[in-house]
Amino acid sequence: MLSQRIIETLVGIFLLAAILALITLAFKVSGLTTFFKQEGYNITASFDDIGQLKVRGSVKIGGVTVGEVTKIAIDPSTYKAVVTLRINSTVKDIPVDSSASILTAGLLGDNYIAITPMYSKDFLKDNDEIEETHSAMILEKLIGQFLFSIGHSNDKNSDTAEKGAKQ
Amino acid sequence: MINQVEALGRLGIDVIRKYGKAGILLYGAIFRVPNFRKGFALVVQQIFAEGVLSLLIIMVSALFIGMVVALQGYHTLSKFGASQQLGPLVALSVARELGPVVTALLFAGRAGSALAAEIGLMKATDQLSSMEMMAVDPLQRVIAPRFWGGFISMPLLTIIFNIVAIYGAYLVGVKWLGMDAGAFWSNMQSSVEFHADILNGIYKSVVFGVVVTWIALYQGYDAVPTSAGIANATTRTVVYSSLAVLGLDFVLTAMMIGEW
Repeated sequence: MLSQRIIETLVGIFLLAAILALITLAFKVSGLTTFFKQEGYNITASFDDIGQLKVRGSVKIGGVTVGEVTKIAIDPSTYKAVVTLRINSTVKDIPVDSSASILTAGLLGDNYIAITPMYSKDFLKDNDEIEETHSAMILEKLIGQFLFSIGHSNDKNSDTAEKGAKQ
Repeated sequence: MINQVEALGRLGIDVIRKYGKAGILLYGAIFRVPNFRKGFALVVQQIFAEGVLSLLIIMVSALFIGMVVALQGYHTLSKFGASQQLGPLVALSVARELGPVVTALLFAGRAGSALAAEIGLMKATDQLSSMEMMAVDPLQRVIAPRFWGGFISMPLLTIIFNIVAIYGAYLVGVKWLGMDAGAFWSNMQSSVEFHADILNGIYKSVVFGVVVTWIALYQGYDAVPTSAGIANATTRTVVYSSLAVLGLDFVLTAMMIGEW
């Protein structure tokens, strides 16, 4: 049997190793950053359709991540989706007439919000709302419209063909 | 006829009595730790016996499990051109399922069987009764430190298992198969959540730790005091605790996916 002192030391090393492993899991594996609340301010934007946008999705200006989506809720009177964005405090000057649109990273990637800055000299403050928004492009709807229009043009063709045959 | 009914009734009562005894044992293990200074040293000894000594088998199996998951995952994912998603695949499967479950199974085989055999032998050689004669409560002196040792060791072992398995996958994916290290980690970070994936895995391992140690302690404490009885107790410990871990894993996963 080892002496109590050696046992205590080994158990201490065991505990420390586990704590280190937990810290690695938290920061390296799960990218945990919400423990340290980032400085920033909130703005909202309401969309007709947010597609697959999720909380913690990124907010980008010109492709650079400047914040994240913190809350998604439905406005019960207008039935629009109200999205709350937290913008990092390093990005202060977003003009009030900027527009927000929901885009998809690649063909199958996650949705994110792109803010396109405009030219106003007034800047968005905490709890302001972006007025101009563009909803998510939803692939199924586009395909549906496309198929519908093809079907429609085929109908026309067959109509004219029938008419031609009659004549 | 009457005899058969009687036997059936006795069997039922015996089963219920066993559950009752196991419950009393658990109650004793949890609540009878009055002498903190003396108890602390005993608990440290048990963490050493159950946790530190299990570390080697846990780490080696974690390394190989991580490596094999990465290898299998890479070959399947590359068929869909999605081999960049190897990081999330490995991290999620290890943190959610493989980590807690495999650690618990190995723990049952490595530490649980040793606990049952040790306590069973203590009972067979009348060490437990002689403790009682010396007015030392065996629940307090023998059972409680072993229970707390298992309770503390199990989540720590799981955390270490997770990290070793993920680095094993890193070795195979990045160093051997030539994936980009940045893509490996950043895809992992964007899809693994600390609460939903890692903490829930650790909660599972806490439950497994309690169940495995409890079964091992009860089987040892309740063993028939012969050599065959101890052998039976050890076997039953491993079988019952493996089944309990796998069954509970399903229940816990269902609870976690259904947000309690």
